[in-house]
Amino acid sequence: MSTVETATEIRPFHIEIPEEQMDDLRRRIAATRLPTKELVEDRSQGVQLATIRELARYWATDYDWRKVEAKLNALPQFTTEIDGVEIHFIHVRSTYENALPLIMTHGWPGSVIELLETVGPLTDPTAHGGEAEDAFDLVLPSVPGYGFSAEPTELGWWAGRVAQAWPELMRRLGYTRYVAQGGDVGAAITDAMGRLAPEGLIGVHTNLFVPALGGTMPTDTEQERAAAEQIAVFRATGFGYFLEMATRPQTIGYALLDSPLALAAWMLDHDTDSYYKISRAFVDGQPSGNLTRDHILDNVTLYWLTGTGASAARSYWESGQATAKSAGQAPPPMNLPFGFTTFPGEIWKTPRSWVEKAYPNVIYFNEVDEGGHFAAWEEPELFSAEIQAAFKSLRNGSS
Amino acid sequence: VSGTVETAVEIRPFHVDIPDEALDDLRRRIAATNWPEKETVADQSQGVPLDMIQKLARHWMIDYDWRKCEANLNALPHFITEIDGLDIHFIHVRSQHEDALPLIVNHGWPGSIIEQLKIIDRLTDPTAHGASAADAFHVVIPSMPGYGFSGKPLSPGWGPERMGQAWGELMKRLGYSRYVAQGGDWGAFVVDQMGLQAPEGLLAIHTNMPATVPADVDKASLAGEPPPSGLSTEERRAYEQLIRTYTQVEYARMMAARPQTLYGIADSPVGLAAWLLDHNDAEGQPATAVVSALDRASSDTGELTRDEVLDNITLYWLTNTGVSASRLYWEYKGGFFNAKGVGIPVAVTVFPGEQYQAPRSWAEQAYPNLIYFNKVDRGGHFAAWEEPELFSAELRAAFRSLRDERRSS
Repeated sequence: MSTVETATEIRPFHIEIPEEQMDDLRRRIAATRLPTKELVEDRSQGVQLATIRELARYWATDYDWRKVEAKLNALPQFTTEIDGVEIHFIHVRSTYENALPLIMTHGWPGSVIELLETVGPLTDPTAHGGEAEDAFDLVLPSVPGYGFSAEPTELGWWAGRVAQAWPELMRRLGYTRYVAQGGDVGAAITDAMGRLAPEGLIGVHTNLFVPALGGTMPTDTEQERAAAEQIAVFRATGFGYFLEMATRPQTIGYALLDSPLALAAWMLDHDTDSYYKISRAFVDGQPSGNLTRDHILDNVTLYWLTGTGASAARSYWESGQATAKSAGQAPPPMNLPFGFTTFPGEIWKTPRSWVEKAYPNVIYFNEVDEGGHFAAWEEPELFSAEIQAAFKSLRNGSS
Repeated sequence: VSGTVETAVEIRPFHVDIPDEALDDLRRRIAATNWPEKETVADQSQGVPLDMIQKLARHWMIDYDWRKCEANLNALPHFITEIDGLDIHFIHVRSQHEDALPLIVNHGWPGSIIEQLKIIDRLTDPTAHGASAADAFHVVIPSMPGYGFSGKPLSPGWGPERMGQAWGELMKRLGYSRYVAQGGDWGAFVVDQMGLQAPEGLLAIHTNMPATVPADVDKASLAGEPPPSGLSTEERRAYEQLIRTYTQVEYARMMAARPQTLYGIADSPVGLAAWLLDHNDAEGQPATAVVSALDRASSDTGELTRDEVLDNITLYWLTNTGVSASRLYWEYKGGFFNAKGVGIPVAVTVFPGEQYQAPRSWAEQAYPNLIYFNKVDRGGHFAAWEEPELFSAELRAAFRSLRDERRSS
């Protein structure tokens, strides 16, 4: 009996990184041995040396982890064991009584850091120019293997298993009617949750169109052809990191755990839009929205301090294994109310027609004019407004 | 006479002399390695296992002695000469036998000149190894641009085509007017290009990673489609091996897409070691031949040893060439194993551990002027390194017919 209690116990969590770890990080950055400069003037050979040099300089001299540590510790954080893995999460209840519970999941190379600036607008909308009736009770978990969640030591933790853990987390928090949201890996988890349709989940919103990764989409209209072309370019030239992590996470893990700059470069080399935005933030001092040098380094430093480069990469391996096992089988349908927002800088610009084809119950679709792959991170106000708009109809029908 | 021209074609002796500080720094970095947790599988399906790399790292840090390798290297004549704007390092050992056939041998990734050290004496001094003086070679072993002690290109363009041209120029500069070329892995790409370029003086090439796959099979295997109909049992097996290989080359796709992003192989010795170890052969990834060498402290018969594996990794580390070497994958936009249309005489040895077992039927189509084809019963992707005796015997046999021609002419 006491075992059961322990297993479902929710414990407060507080971050306190020892100063020696910060010193060690700075020492390693200072001792970094760099390769020669790339032979091109763009990102086509990878993260440019000038970007990495400036990032290293800023990281070692100006950057202050304690600021984000304080910011995280100002939020209510907890851990609880689910399915054998200790799950870390931020849980901010709105002051508004009728707030809608929302579980929002980060992606790779992200963490809860991506989502921090949405906490205010989503839980306390009136302080951000919104309406009290759009308030959310917000749950931001760290995916197993990422950040302050534990690293799974057994096999099987692909997106579909995380999608089973999140409903248990919401149940444990006492939420019987809630919605879910995610981008990137978080979109895969959220999409899988929607297909599982656990009791209590009443709607989902994503900002990465997951079905396009699993199969071919129609190319009948100009927008569809444009999106298909963007996906083809990504697969042809931007997919290297993805394939490496999906097949050999341990091999790349050695470098990611041992070299701070290897980790930073690996994390910066995501999509073209975000790479250039981040690069400009360092080299030209011109951040795009909330994607500032400090915020970028908050996230990289979190991966470094938690030593999660390999375990996060392994989540791609797990998803690769799951995909291989289910090859040829269509995923279960998603009948829950579904919302989607297309951000202009995303890897491909998902057209409404694709969303309607893949999700029969679309309650919201919008194309906005700012933000990219890390939409919540880059444009937290706009992103929060999208989430509020996406789920508005579900609140009206709730009473 | 312009002094610039003279400087450019000058051939300068080269000596390896790594400062103690570089070796101390390497050991310090290995000792300070921050390790990831253990993989979650009991096999090598997530990459190089933690136990394997930790064991190797311990030996690397404590017992391994780079100075032995350095002394072996310095016992050989090394040179540097500038070709096409870049310093090219090479080993050049002339046979005592006057009629020796000049041979340029090209290493690959994740290799270096270290792969070829054991074949030098066997090829230049065959009588000391039970072979005939008539089979002697003058041996030239260059480091590819971006690899080892060669210069690192500062601008794009140094793919196998340009390297092939550079090797033709190198042989000319050494005064060789009739010579042969050999290669495996990237070296095979380079000798295929040389075969296509057919520079004056190049009599033939030998490849141990032949590019023989017919266009329809190549297309199907790259797309992961079922094989075209009408394949023989042997061709069908080769097709299946190609399919398997294409699931084990994500490292190559990463380097082809984003070599610069691999900052970790410049900054972390263990990160570099894992990256270099994780190359496959027909038996596994990492290559079974290399994995088994990690347990071999020494060998009297030329088998690959742990220290040779570390010699190669340490050479990459000390020259900081992990990233510059990986850029070769970015440079090359052509096919892997597809027939390239080489018309000059070609010799092929098929080693059982190679990516795929090229059937004779394909080799005859791909290389219409096939002067030698042999399947041997041991050795793999790193054939010269794994089986130096057999590999040397293959080169002697492969080029024998050209010598007869030469004598009779």
